[in-house]
Amino acid sequence: MSLEAFNNRNVTEGDYFLCDIEDYPQDGWGKFKRVVKRTFRGELFVGLWVVMREMIRFDIHTIQYPQEKMPIGPRYRAVHQMKRLWESDTERCIGCGLCEKICISDCIRIDTRIDENSRKEVTEYTINLGRCIFCGYCAEVCPELAITHGGEYENASDQREHFLLYEDMLTPIDKMKAGKQLEFEGFGSITPHEDERVKKTPLAY
Amino acid sequence: MDSAYLIETIIKVVVILLVFSALAGIGTYFERKVLAFMQRRLGPMNVGPYGVLQFGADAIKLFTKEDIIPTGVVAPIFKIAPVITAATAFMAAAAIPFLPSFEIFGYEVHPIVSDINVGIIYILGVMAVGLYGPLLGGMASANKYSLISAARAAAVFISYEVVTGLAILAPIMMVGSLSLIDFNEYQAGGIGNWIVWSQPVAFILFWIAAFAETGRTPFHLIANDHEIIDGFGTEYSGMRWGLFFIGEYANMFFISFVIPLLFLGGYGDGSFLGALGLLAKMSFFFFFFLWTRAAWPDVRPDQLMWLCWKVLMPIAVINVVITGFVMMF
Ligand code: SF4
Ligand code: SF4
Repeated sequence: MSLEAFNNRNVTEGDYFLCDIEDYPQDGWGKFKRVVKRTFRGELFVGLWVVMREMIRFDIHTIQYPQEKMPIGPRYRAVHQMKRLWESDTERCIGCGLCEKICISDCIRIDTRIDENSRKEVTEYTINLGRCIFCGYCAEVCPELAITHGGEYENASDQREHFLLYEDMLTPIDKMKAGKQLEFEGFGSITPHEDERVKKTPLAY
Repeated sequence: MDSAYLIETIIKVVVILLVFSALAGIGTYFERKVLAFMQRRLGPMNVGPYGVLQFGADAIKLFTKEDIIPTGVVAPIFKIAPVITAATAFMAAAAIPFLPSFEIFGYEVHPIVSDINVGIIYILGVMAVGLYGPLLGGMASANKYSLISAARAAAVFISYEVVTGLAILAPIMMVGSLSLIDFNEYQAGGIGNWIVWSQPVAFILFWIAAFAETGRTPFHLIANDHEIIDGFGTEYSGMRWGLFFIGEYANMFFISFVIPLLFLGGYGDGSFLGALGLLAKMSFFFFFFLWTRAAWPDVRPDQLMWLCWKVLMPIAVINVVITGFVMMF
């Protein structure tokens, strides 16, 4: 459907028609007639019937929150998680620092060092949730799909600076071993069946 | 005055005070539940099974909360205002026969504190004095919203006193007495004798006015919800606010007793069934207060005044005149 029907503001053409609204009565007799008509139309009883019907039907929509929770979408941006590699169970984060750089509220701090094998290793990684606005830029910019947003939204704290440490965010190793790490399905994630779409690249063109 | 009468009266007073204070608490539970069910919610669920102990938790909270007297208020009046509301509500109960008289251990008990010969006038008068609670509370609060709300409450109460008085004038003319017990005897013959059949207009008018007298929803102008301000009670906290609350709910219960006693046969012939009937009628009217709160919007103050002075009062006067003519010829 094209948007033209909505952009056309010319009310003389198209599907516009005038609503059938009675004129307001001007004289006393007309006003009196309107009052009588409204009084005996019984609209008050319609209202009473509607609420009574809902009470009898007992179609309750309450979610008793701490015991029951709504399912939330996979793209919901709640507290961050750090993923591990499926193949080797090691951390995905390569310490590139892009997330720290892009974070618009300046709440990610990352520190790295060169370890014994001449690999870059993350030594410190904290997110200050008191500042984080859950914009999702860090997850979007991460080249390794290492930092993602999880579904854990209950993060009340007794102080303003509420830091999330690297160890808290990282998928626990036993959960990883059990194959229970949930892959992020939101924007920027790997599309399903990506393996089948990989083409062999010849060494020489 | 013999001491047996004195002791009996004191016991009755204490029983009424305790029963209706507790009922006011349970009434809030029912109100929340009924409103919740009508709005597809569950209402209180966590304190006790299905939240039945919620009013106990509320009572503990109200009793133990700090009693704040803000600076700038007129302290003595500010302190006495909630007492006026609660006290007048319970004082009105003195002339209401809650049940037919029954015998206990061979002793005849009349469940009415005092069958005075001006019963209805006394009840309406004392309930009208209850107006001073909101009015004085709002004026002493040193708060603009409280003051506006107090003015609104005073206007509504005074206007609807007129409608209430004129509406029950016609039944009083028919019965020829002001005592609620005489009203009950007049209608004791069965459903056919109920005053509602001969005075349907007075019944409707009195019912409408009852909403204004108790300040319930279509006429809930006392605490103005759209200002997100609790009207005259804004500055109150703890048990002082709780007294306003108890007064309001006790008033609802008493009015729910008075309407069936006046128009719907009361407790009938005084049998056990009749007593149950009175309680059932009372429950219906109480439920109707909650029902309308879920269903109907509030009206504007000027519409309320228009309704009172230009519609209900002329109808009430015409009703009285017609009743007079019918009785004369
Ligand atoms: S979600 Fe946004 S604000 Fe929060 S850490 Fe990531 S980039 Fe920073
Ligand atoms: S962008 Fe990803 S890989 Fe780079 S430091 Fe942040 S989490 Fe680690």
